[in-house]
Amino acid sequence: MSQTNSGKQSQASEAKKAISLPISRVRLIMKSSPDVSSINQDALFLTTKATELFVQHLALTSFNNRSQTQANTLDYSDLAKTAEESDTFHFLTDILPKKILAQDYLKSLEQMQDEDSDF
Amino acid sequence: MAERPEDLNLPNAVITRIIKEALPDGVNVSKEARRAISQAASVFVLYATSCANNFAMKAKRKTLNAGDVLAAMEEMEFERFLEPLRDALEVYKKDQRGRKEVSEQKRRDKERKADSENDKSREEEEEEEEEQQRMEEEPEEEAEEEEEDN
Repeated sequence: MSQTNSGKQSQASEAKKAISLPISRVRLIMKSSPDVSSINQDALFLTTKATELFVQHLALTSFNNRSQTQANTLDYSDLAKTAEESDTFHFLTDILPKKILAQDYLKSLEQMQDEDSDF
Repeated sequence: MAERPEDLNLPNAVITRIIKEALPDGVNVSKEARRAISQAASVFVLYATSCANNFAMKAKRKTLNAGDVLAAMEEMEFERFLEPLRDALEVYKKDQRGRKEVSEQKRRDKERKADSENDKSREEEEEEEEEQQRMEEEPEEEAEEEEEDN
């Protein structure tokens, strides 16, 4: 008897460990999309799990492609680089824009204007 | 419906933990990077939802199901997630089934108790067991019921 009980317990904790992000929060984000009417439990679970895999994948990809390979740090610029260079992460370019210095931006703006005036 | 904009963020502590687990030991993750990954994760959820919803609409269904989410992953070129997702879903379903059996058992026991007062000693034994399982499973069960309501 006690054996089957402990078996059940470890199974339950295994399933709990399967996802760490809150399902309810993921559902809220999904529901904020206007054309979604309802989502079944399995779809909700899968999206939550996929989001975790996505976070791992994005972090690891960005770390492996970081510009300063010596540094033991993952920075914003590494993420922006991933979004720009990788096709699968390209949908993130809007929320992960590459940061540039104001002086560089002004310079490129000037250049664009120069090109325009050529016509 | 989300009432405040921060309702659409995922909890920072959990995101940070997932990042740390994915990276080699001793790697620092800047605060800005953590925030960016968290925002990216929210965008990922929206993107996946919209893709999955397209598949459901094509099939003239109103409810998103597991197949829609998996098809969305393929379309988003996250095929690498398919296998771990299928595995996780199997474990999850097994767990759900187990839970259903437990609550079925609970219901039957209750009915039996109402019907007759016979066999008391055996029932008491079962009740004890039930109580133990209830303590473990109740919080999650409640959360799920709430989800199904919407």
